[in-house]
Amino acid sequence: MNATAEMNRWIRFTPAQRVARFAVYLGMVAAIVWALKTIEVIPEFLYDAPAQVVDMGARMWPIDFAHFWPGIWPALVETLHIAAMATILGLCMGIPVGFLAARNATPFPWVNHAARFVLVATRSISTLLWALFFVAMFGPGPLAGALAIAFHSIGFIGKMFSEGVEESNRGSIEALQAAGATRMQQIVMGYWPMVLPTFWSVALFRWDINVRESAILGLVGAGGIGVALNSAIDLLQWDRVSLILLTIFVVVILIEIIVMQIRRRVI
Amino acid sequence: MNAVTRADFFQPSIWKRLGYALLVVYVIYAAATLGLSWERIERGVGYGAKFLAGFFPPSFTKSDLIPGLLESLQIAFLASLFGTLIAIPLSVLAARNLMPAFVTWPMRVIIILCRTFHPVIVAIIAVKAVGFGAMAGVIALTVASVGFVGKLLAEAIEEISKKQIEAIRATGASFMNTIIFGVVPQVMNRFIGFVAYETDSNLRHSTIVGVVGAGGIGGTLFAAFQRYDYDFVAGISIAIIALVMLGEAIQSYVKRVFR
Amino acid sequence: MSTLSIRQLAKEYVAGKPVLRDISLEIEGTGITAIIGPSGTGKSTLIRCINRLIDPTSGEIHFEGKDLAKLAGAELRAARRRIGMVFQEYNLVERLTVMENVLSGRLGYVSAWTAFRRKFSNDDIQRAFDLLKRVGLADFANRRADELSGGQRQRVGICRAVMQSPGLLLADEPTSSLDPKTSVEIMELMRDLARENNVPVVINIHQVQLAQRFAERIIGMSGGLVVYDGAPDGLTQDTLQKIYGGEDWLAT
Repeated sequence: MNATAEMNRWIRFTPAQRVARFAVYLGMVAAIVWALKTIEVIPEFLYDAPAQVVDMGARMWPIDFAHFWPGIWPALVETLHIAAMATILGLCMGIPVGFLAARNATPFPWVNHAARFVLVATRSISTLLWALFFVAMFGPGPLAGALAIAFHSIGFIGKMFSEGVEESNRGSIEALQAAGATRMQQIVMGYWPMVLPTFWSVALFRWDINVRESAILGLVGAGGIGVALNSAIDLLQWDRVSLILLTIFVVVILIEIIVMQIRRRVI
Repeated sequence: MNAVTRADFFQPSIWKRLGYALLVVYVIYAAATLGLSWERIERGVGYGAKFLAGFFPPSFTKSDLIPGLLESLQIAFLASLFGTLIAIPLSVLAARNLMPAFVTWPMRVIIILCRTFHPVIVAIIAVKAVGFGAMAGVIALTVASVGFVGKLLAEAIEEISKKQIEAIRATGASFMNTIIFGVVPQVMNRFIGFVAYETDSNLRHSTIVGVVGAGGIGGTLFAAFQRYDYDFVAGISIAIIALVMLGEAIQSYVKRVFR
Repeated sequence: MSTLSIRQLAKEYVAGKPVLRDISLEIEGTGITAIIGPSGTGKSTLIRCINRLIDPTSGEIHFEGKDLAKLAGAELRAARRRIGMVFQEYNLVERLTVMENVLSGRLGYVSAWTAFRRKFSNDDIQRAFDLLKRVGLADFANRRADELSGGQRQRVGICRAVMQSPGLLLADEPTSSLDPKTSVEIMELMRDLARENNVPVVINIHQVQLAQRFAERIIGMSGGLVVYDGAPDGLTQDTLQKIYGGEDWLAT
């Protein structure tokens, strides 16, 4: 009787799984509790927040639409150029690194590791930090902005690419090897056609992100619509701030629609 | 052999060539607009070399490095927590296969609004609202997390198999039980992936919202830059990279545990 | 008195194009009732109207003293837990274990909090184990449902339905995705389990031979109407012609 009861106990996880899960839960709870307990909150600011938000909203209205053509439009065009150039440049730099990081296309572990480190490092340094570097190198302006986003994009593009390459079909590569193709030929003839869909989806996705990113470059003087936003905030011209936010919103939505349409047709 | 392969992959197509030509024309035009020139690059690389030399040796000794990093961590944790907690019900309400259109539309608008603006822009607004400090950073990154997790989770829910839901409904399960046994198992893996990615992204962003005064290491970094304190800039950058890499290692462990 | 009584049931997905025209049926006893008929004649719709996965346009469905066609909300769910259902493509929750899938038959009886923690009662868990042993899958309790073969999955699907302690079992083409040998095994299992648990079964099925071999009663449908209702051996070449052939067939 006892034996059957024992046998019929339903255990969802093995003890090791349970310990691992418990450790993860514990770690999460500990991190959250620590963060909640020690994070600096200034209560006076918090009580004041609703009033501040209402005040800000009131200052943002009515939106200064007259400022659009002289003040915003050129900055917007610059932003779009920055995003497009950064995407192209980012693809040019990210794809080779992606191939180097893929274990099947580059069978040298130390090269893989080095390439992976480049991918993580470029991704970890945020666009703004890259922008600060490039502003120091090339002076303020859109060039620094485009380079900043391009370098920050390397990590994402390379990571997606190396994953795409690693998932590609071994058979057709073996066929090329059997035909005596060199490593470069294998990449161009074998891997590249197989990751072409990845290429398009990564390019589109990254372009979408880069437009958003390029809107903040102006904060450190690296060109684009962020310059206009920064100066409007510094000069407390809230009716222009709302105009710029609205512009960004519309552009981002438009780009999302374009990306969706292209995706539906091409991929 | 080679010739055959070549013909297969590079069929001469007028449209393709036109596309490449247009791309080249655009790149030249845009490069000119951005003020790209050899002379400028040469000068820039010169500055860059000097600048890189200033990085070495990186300095980790300044007293505000550790508190700044810890504050960034706090911001990232709390934003991921609050963002995920808000995003879960929002995405259930935004999924068109579970809810009627008059519920999904407002939810989708909220998600789109959260996604549109870069966290740094939201941080600027948040700083105006709640003042300088980590609080503003948490708010900014929470908004971004709601947008990101909300969108992807709503899409994941919309892609689940209706048959499995139908079977659970046929047992007489309530709406909540249907979610727990029918929807959750189908989206759980992807959900963990989204949250992991979001935490990673929050960690990275939490190191820059300080540039606009929203707490974390970003403020320290920005200040170091403006003081030309480049060895400290290098130290902070290396610390950030190490933090993000550590985060990725933890992430992959957590993903393995919950697979 | 009969277990299930359907009166003048009709269903139109598009107004003016009825899929079910005027179905009246009495189901009683504990045997298998097989519904046969050509594809698109509303067999699946009929089965799904009974447990209201599809809402009928008009008509009555009486089961255990209630008209299912009029129920909604909690009352409908309470009625549904008394009706087990087996699906053509098994419809197991693939990422859950076999055990969780079987226990999901109890979801109509437990609270969300219980379901979330998987704290099903000991009786339920014992019963689930017994059922799994009964269908020969005792060793598979902790395997994920998507690791199983088609026949094994359908066994789990049957366990889930029986787990509900149903007063009626519905099966929507339970063998259509299986090979002939497994199909027979599944039909045997359904027949035996129905007998052991004293439940009538309504099956809609494509293979006429299987229907004749296992059912005690056969209902032939065509064009949204019942055209044959009787014993399996009453199915003559003529009646089959009437169900599958005839003008309807030639017209389309």
